[in-house]
Amino acid sequence: MSELKQELKEKIIEQLNLEDVAVDEIQDNDPLFGEGLGLDSIDALELIVMLDKDYGIKLADPKEGRKIFESVQTMAAYIEENRSR
Amino acid sequence: MNTDYFIEGYCHIKNNRVLLNGEPLFTEKKPDFASFIKSVYQHFETDYPKFFKMDKLSKLAFMAADVLLKNSGRPVNEEENMAVVLSNRASSLDTDRRYQESIDDPDNFYPSPAVFVYTLPNICIGEISIRHKLYSENSFFIFDKFNADHLWHYSKSLINHKKADAVLCGWVDVEGDDYDAFLYIVSPKGDDKHKIEEITRLYFTQ
Repeated sequence: MSELKQELKEKIIEQLNLEDVAVDEIQDNDPLFGEGLGLDSIDALELIVMLDKDYGIKLADPKEGRKIFESVQTMAAYIEENRSR
Repeated sequence: MNTDYFIEGYCHIKNNRVLLNGEPLFTEKKPDFASFIKSVYQHFETDYPKFFKMDKLSKLAFMAADVLLKNSGRPVNEEENMAVVLSNRASSLDTDRRYQESIDDPDNFYPSPAVFVYTLPNICIGEISIRHKLYSENSFFIFDKFNADHLWHYSKSLINHKKADAVLCGWVDVEGDDYDAFLYIVSPKGDDKHKIEEITRLYFTQ
């Protein structure tokens, strides 16, 4: 799980072009949206694409994203449980 | 109405250089556009993380506008009645191609929302407007080459008809690693007369 969290932090920084953020600045429970990393709605769509492309997870209901993308911790837990690759 | 207007200031970004009112502010030879524009962002201490999410066209337009407006003596972070009228040759073709590549292969079909949102040239006007609180008229035109005549007529008309107090206008073009930005402010004050010949002269003076 901790390896997956590290991997997710790296992917989030790279794929969402967060050039001024370092991996060790993202805490597992930091909110990804709003006051945390400050991601926006386009970033949320990119994260949905990332789940599909890298972990074989298709979100049937976009509303699910709100809980899944709360933090790196919640993302990692969801991926562990649902990944097909 | 035949009111005289002026070119209050202008900025070029081309050939590894940033010039303000004809004076070089920054020069750095870089192997590609991406690393050059990043060094421009860093040099001018821009501090706007969303910059890194933009496509090439928006990055170029954003930096040219930022350098020009910050040095214009205008109040920072105050809403202004300034229109934005930009133009280019390649539209958003560079990003359009990048997006097309992401959907070419039916077995590896992952269209990127972050790339898709930049597949229109006028998105760069939105990026400038958000940063500088410019909520007036805006337009983006596509021409074969720099068209001083059209920009002159259009910006003059906007001010004459009281659609805006000033106009940020010009040319911002990117394709691959070729880039060319020339932005200027038209307003009732300044030293250079707002004339087609003068706009053309300034565009070619780099």
